[in-house]
Amino acid sequence: MAKKKAFVNADVCVACGECVNECPRGAVHIRKGIAAEVDQNLCVGCGLCAGSCPAGSIAVMEV
Amino acid sequence: MKKKWTDYLWIWPIIYFSLGFFNILFAWLGMIDFILPLILAIFGGNKMFCNQYCGRGKLFRFLGKKLKFSGKRPAPAWMSSKYFRYGFLVFFMTMFVNMLYQTWLVAGGARDLRQVLKLFWTFKVPWNWAYTVGMAPDWVAQFSFGFYSMMLTSTLIGLIVMKLYRPRTWCTFCPMGTMTQGICKLKNGK
Repeated sequence: MAKKKAFVNADVCVACGECVNECPRGAVHIRKGIAAEVDQNLCVGCGLCAGSCPAGSIAVMEV
Repeated sequence: MKKKWTDYLWIWPIIYFSLGFFNILFAWLGMIDFILPLILAIFGGNKMFCNQYCGRGKLFRFLGKKLKFSGKRPAPAWMSSKYFRYGFLVFFMTMFVNMLYQTWLVAGGARDLRQVLKLFWTFKVPWNWAYTVGMAPDWVAQFSFGFYSMMLTSTLIGLIVMKLYRPRTWCTFCPMGTMTQGICKLKNGK
C-alpha cells in the first residue's frame, strides 16, 4: 500500500496553528509565522491536520 | 495528551464579555488582544499569539470541536484568498479608525456620550446599564462602548462561520492574524 503524507499549500495557509494542535505526532510546525510546514519524516498521513485546517490548505497525498 | 494552561484560554473571551456586560469600562482589557499579537510579531517574528494564546481561537475550537457545534466543511476558497483577507483588514481598520474618531469627538465635547453598542457596524443595542455617567471621563467610556462593539461583532461573525464551516474559520480572515502574518513575512523576508 502506498504511503500517504500531508502537504501544505503555503500560499493559502494563514498560519493559525490549528494543524499543530491537531497533529498527534508533532510533525507540523509554523515556520517563521508565515505558514505551516510538515516534517515528512514524522508525518504518518493520518489527515487530522487536513481535516482541521479552516483554510483547506493541507492535502494528504500518496507518495 | 497532557493539557497546558493555554488550553483553558477559551475562558478569557467569556470572562471579557461577562465583565463588559456589567461594566463597559472592562472593554479596555480587550486591548491585550490587540497589542500582544503585534508585539510578538514585531519583536519575535512569529504568530505565537494565534498559535498559542488567542482566547477567541481557543473558544471556537472548544465550541466547534469539543462541543461539536461546528460543521466539518472547509470554508470557501475566497474566504482565505489574499483579496478578501486584506480587504477585510482594510475594512476593519477603517471601522477602528472611525471608532477612534467618535471617541475624539466626545473627548472634544463635539458629541455626547452614546451608551449603545453597534453590532455589525449597523444595529444599535442599548447598553446603558453597564455604565454610570461620571465614573470615568466620557471619552474613556465612549471608547469602551466602541471597542466592546467591535469585539462582540467579530466574535459573532466568528461564531457564525464556526457553525457553517470548521471551528477556526474566523482565523482565515481575522484582521489580527492577517496583520501579524504580514509582519512576519516582512520581517522574515518573504
